[in-house]
Amino acid sequence: MTDILVVEKVSRRFSPRITLGDRIAGLLGATVDRRPVQAVTDVSISVRRGETLGLVGESGCGKSTLGRMLAGILAPSEGRVTLAGEPPMRHGHKVTTRIQTVFQDPFGSLNPRLRIGATIAEGPVTHGLIPRAEAGRFAGEWLARVGLDPAFAQRFPHQFSGGQRQRVAIARALAMRPEVLVCDEPVASLDVSIQAQILNLFLDLRRELGLTSLFISHDLAVVRHVSDRVAVMYLGRIVEMGAAATIYAMPRHPYTRALLDSVPKLALGGNVGVTFKPIQGELPSPLSPPAGCAFHPRCPKASDLCRQERPALLPQADGTLVACHHA
Amino acid sequence: MAGFWREYRENWVAVIALAVVSLVVAAALAAPLITPQDPYDLANLNLMDARRPPGFVGSGGYAHWLGTDAQGRDLYSAILYGLRISLQMGIAAGAVALAIGAALGILAANAGGKIEPAIMRVVDLQLSFPAILLALVLVAVLGQGRVPLIIALVTAQYAYFARTAYGAATAERQKDYVEAARATPLPGRRVVLRHLLPNCLPPLIVVGTVQVANAIALEATLSFLGLGLPPTEPSLGMLIANGFQYMMSGRTWISVYPGIALIILIVAINVVGDQLRDQFNPRLRR
Repeated sequence: MTDILVVEKVSRRFSPRITLGDRIAGLLGATVDRRPVQAVTDVSISVRRGETLGLVGESGCGKSTLGRMLAGILAPSEGRVTLAGEPPMRHGHKVTTRIQTVFQDPFGSLNPRLRIGATIAEGPVTHGLIPRAEAGRFAGEWLARVGLDPAFAQRFPHQFSGGQRQRVAIARALAMRPEVLVCDEPVASLDVSIQAQILNLFLDLRRELGLTSLFISHDLAVVRHVSDRVAVMYLGRIVEMGAAATIYAMPRHPYTRALLDSVPKLALGGNVGVTFKPIQGELPSPLSPPAGCAFHPRCPKASDLCRQERPALLPQADGTLVACHHA
Repeated sequence: MAGFWREYRENWVAVIALAVVSLVVAAALAAPLITPQDPYDLANLNLMDARRPPGFVGSGGYAHWLGTDAQGRDLYSAILYGLRISLQMGIAAGAVALAIGAALGILAANAGGKIEPAIMRVVDLQLSFPAILLALVLVAVLGQGRVPLIIALVTAQYAYFARTAYGAATAERQKDYVEAARATPLPGRRVVLRHLLPNCLPPLIVVGTVQVANAIALEATLSFLGLGLPPTEPSLGMLIANGFQYMMSGRTWISVYPGIALIILIVAINVVGDQLRDQFNPRLRR
């Protein structure tokens, strides 16, 4: 299998906006925080044609930032993203239609003043994929494909439920005929019963269209359900990456293990209903990441080496990449 | 839209205000049909009829129900014709200011970089001193007439629209649907015109309504000070100014009736604008 999406040593910093007021306050002696937030640090991954790469991590670990850089929405501060050999962005603007995104919040991602038929057909018409006269029929077809009534094309987003809107958002992304689909927490804001429907729709369409995809989620169960490979992120870095089955069966990095242990499990048949171990402590501030291994303040195995030296992401015998001194 | 009207209907004061605004606009539009005299045609005016009290039957053979002014104009006719001018000026100035202000505000929010502070500092500067002062200076420089007056009113008012549009656009452009449009990718102009602009319109409509009333008041003020339109085509402000010197001699109707007409119009537009603001403001939603 060939790599279609390649990310090389990508980093992204967000500098705070220093306003005139901040500058004056600084001159008068106030402390103005000018430290940049290091959202993503030195990440290299590749996505093979036809596979689904799951990206998991806690809120604030940089997985959405990484996803946005891959999707060509955000320019990396350092490093390179290439989609089939070409960068998805030029001069700060996205130039390719070969990668599309499904956003997390279906209540925010659809223009409230545009009929959903227009929302779906707008991109393909603008890019000349279909003639303008075909727009109505085209939107109807896509609505049918994502399990909605084609007659809904004339309605506005506020007339739909969250799950229906997410179906519209998926139709909008896929109507552009992308090769790669980035799903940024596509089910996180939906009810559990609706989540399964949307995931199944995603799986069906992925098979039907031969899509490559990057699936971002904080929900380990969801990622396991859809991914071929999984990358685990912690504080802007990948700490473990490998085949989904291997990672879930045998997590090597203490953080991955802790994440899996922290998921509440229903113990069927037993008297004990729920067992889970929350991870100790909180995610450190990306403004001042800990020295050495970023996970050491919360890690049960932390040694002096972990506090001093950051472990490299190294391949293990079975091909899984792990960034831990004790792996 | 139906829901919007249902909610509007709950406030009976606003319903009355809307009825008043419609009635005034209709009366102003139909002025030539429902007035006994064309007050702008000097041949119609008879100095024998000047400064007559309400109810006086003049040389034309009809009753002047609101009296006449110092030139012998029928005040009822003059008020309706004056309203035409006031409304024309207010709506034209409001519409042009809306277009310019919205364009600048959305441009500033969308461009960022050096353009954003450049535009917004000028707007802030202008908002920090009174609109009437600026309008006075401009009319004094540009001279009398409709176009100079509209330019003065627009210059005095566009900043309010720019501020509002900037605020709305900075809030909207953070939302995912704008990012989704950029991520398709759609051309920048299309993102602004089809996605950003329509979602910034509600607050602009509210400000626009109130600013039309303000433009009318501003125009009346300028006319009252003698800086508005030529005296041969008196707007409401000039009618009030013309009658002002007769207030002390008991001929109060010359100023009072145009004044009442002006107050009713401005208050009614403001009430409608307030109701629109309440309905567009999600925080006040029940």
